[in-house]
Amino acid sequence: MDTKKTTFNNRLLPYLLLAPQLFITLVFFIWPAAQAVKSSFEREDPFGLSTVFVGLLHYERLFDDPNYLDALSRTAVFAVSVTALSMLLGLAFAASVDRLVRSGKVYTTLLVWPYAVAPVVAGVLWWFLFNSSTGLMPFFLEKIGIHWDHDLNGTQAMILIIIAAAWKQVSYNFLFFLAGLQSVPQSLMEAAAIDGSGPVKRFWTISLPLLSPTTFFLFIINVNYTMFDTFPIVDATTVGGPAQATTTLVYKVYQDGYLGLNLGSSSAQSVLLMLIVMVLTFVQFRYVERRVQY
Amino acid sequence: MVENRPLLNILTHAFLLLGFAIVALPVYVAVIASTHDIATLMSGPVPLWPGSHFIENYTQILTSASAANGLPNYSHMALNSLIMALVITVGKIAISILSAFAIVYFRFPFRVLAFWIIFVTLMLPVEVRIMPTYKIVADLGLLNSWAGLTIPLIASATATFLFRQFFMTIPDEILEAARVDGAGPMKFFRDILLPLSRTNIGALSVILFIYGWVQYLWPLLVTTDPGYYTLMMGMKRMVTVQDGVIQWNLVMAGAVLAMLPPILIVIFMQRLFIRGLTETEK
Repeated sequence: MDTKKTTFNNRLLPYLLLAPQLFITLVFFIWPAAQAVKSSFEREDPFGLSTVFVGLLHYERLFDDPNYLDALSRTAVFAVSVTALSMLLGLAFAASVDRLVRSGKVYTTLLVWPYAVAPVVAGVLWWFLFNSSTGLMPFFLEKIGIHWDHDLNGTQAMILIIIAAAWKQVSYNFLFFLAGLQSVPQSLMEAAAIDGSGPVKRFWTISLPLLSPTTFFLFIINVNYTMFDTFPIVDATTVGGPAQATTTLVYKVYQDGYLGLNLGSSSAQSVLLMLIVMVLTFVQFRYVERRVQY
Repeated sequence: MVENRPLLNILTHAFLLLGFAIVALPVYVAVIASTHDIATLMSGPVPLWPGSHFIENYTQILTSASAANGLPNYSHMALNSLIMALVITVGKIAISILSAFAIVYFRFPFRVLAFWIIFVTLMLPVEVRIMPTYKIVADLGLLNSWAGLTIPLIASATATFLFRQFFMTIPDEILEAARVDGAGPMKFFRDILLPLSRTNIGALSVILFIYGWVQYLWPLLVTTDPGYYTLMMGMKRMVTVQDGVIQWNLVMAGAVLAMLPPILIVIFMQRLFIRGLTETEK
């Protein structure tokens, strides 16, 4: 961690400059996180008058709780599906736009704006589109023999939130893949073309391997996004249902803690989630190249 | 382009247009639905063409609409969203640029520790510490207040890193020249660093404004007074009607109003937006 070679030598000033950021971080980030760790090892009586140290009890209960294990595997399915879907579409759009010289900018504009749509709005839009009484999709699905009702069918509810979450994230992946593709050296492409490989072959043998740092970076970011930033989509549409079918880990923390007031269990869940984010952040900063360079 | 392939070009255009159509579909349907009355919407799948209730729906939602759900009108909530997004944007940029200045241009004990404390915020999103954070805000008496709504969201590791990285690229000679001319640290910051950071500040503002505008979980936790509801809270409240019909025409009008400002910002400030996105990388 470097500074400049020449620096100012005030003693007090740097602390004053850092004070607001550090104050907010300590009070609203680190202190609550420490509280979560602490109360995950304690049990509070119903009136909040006394607390007992219970060790790993809350954690043991979580891993014996089929509801929690279900939420865990569902979150994994959700994260992998959203990541795969939005990255594949983002890559396909980016590869197409990258081919076009003149109209590329127009298509970029046409494809980037979903990033700006709030997750809660994205959820409500798709929920409406798939709404069983007024929606467009169930109407068409009925014609090909699929009865759609995400209020009753858990799998369909999951598909709904996957689509809504992936839709919002496609533009992000698209922009990063496009930046990656545009930094692939033109000379490589020309050399391959002279040697007789067509656009599809060039994509598989040159572009895609050179995109691997971008792909890895996006994978981490997308898993992170799906696990933590999709709370509004669930809360505004399926509310975790039907029958817990769309209860993700984050949603369960909220349900058990904020709505159910089960502090110990909610804290233990928070701590487990913190561990997951830490691993993701660590991988992101340790193994991901910060810039795409060739 | 390496070679000319007319057929592939046509396919590419067709694919992108189809992709755009699919991506735009839910928004198109929302706009259409917001121009019909509720009777039309309830009588079957959404029509594909605009109806005649555009002015009626939007007037209702902007002036009185959601009073039935105990909601303030959308103009009020839009103002709340705007205040929240602006305070978060300005606050994050201000405290991050100051922190980065301290970390890059000063040597002092605990400098590295300060850096790591800021870094840790990346690992502690609100979603993983819902209860304890709520409790602290409640203990500080900040529930249902602008301070509670904005201050806990203002810390920013990514913005600090971005400014730090940028400051490291500024040649040392500039600082030396400024010192020779007798400039103190704050004068150097104000007259040299701040003007040089203009583009970065612009790019970050776009990203942070969107970040502030779309906040959902935090306002949901700390505001129960409808006077503080943002547009995102309004969305949630309008679709959770206990018994009765969801007023889809008004919900969709609300959705259109809630997504319009950030979408316009992304489209018209695209260059800054892309720069901000790819440089903060998160």
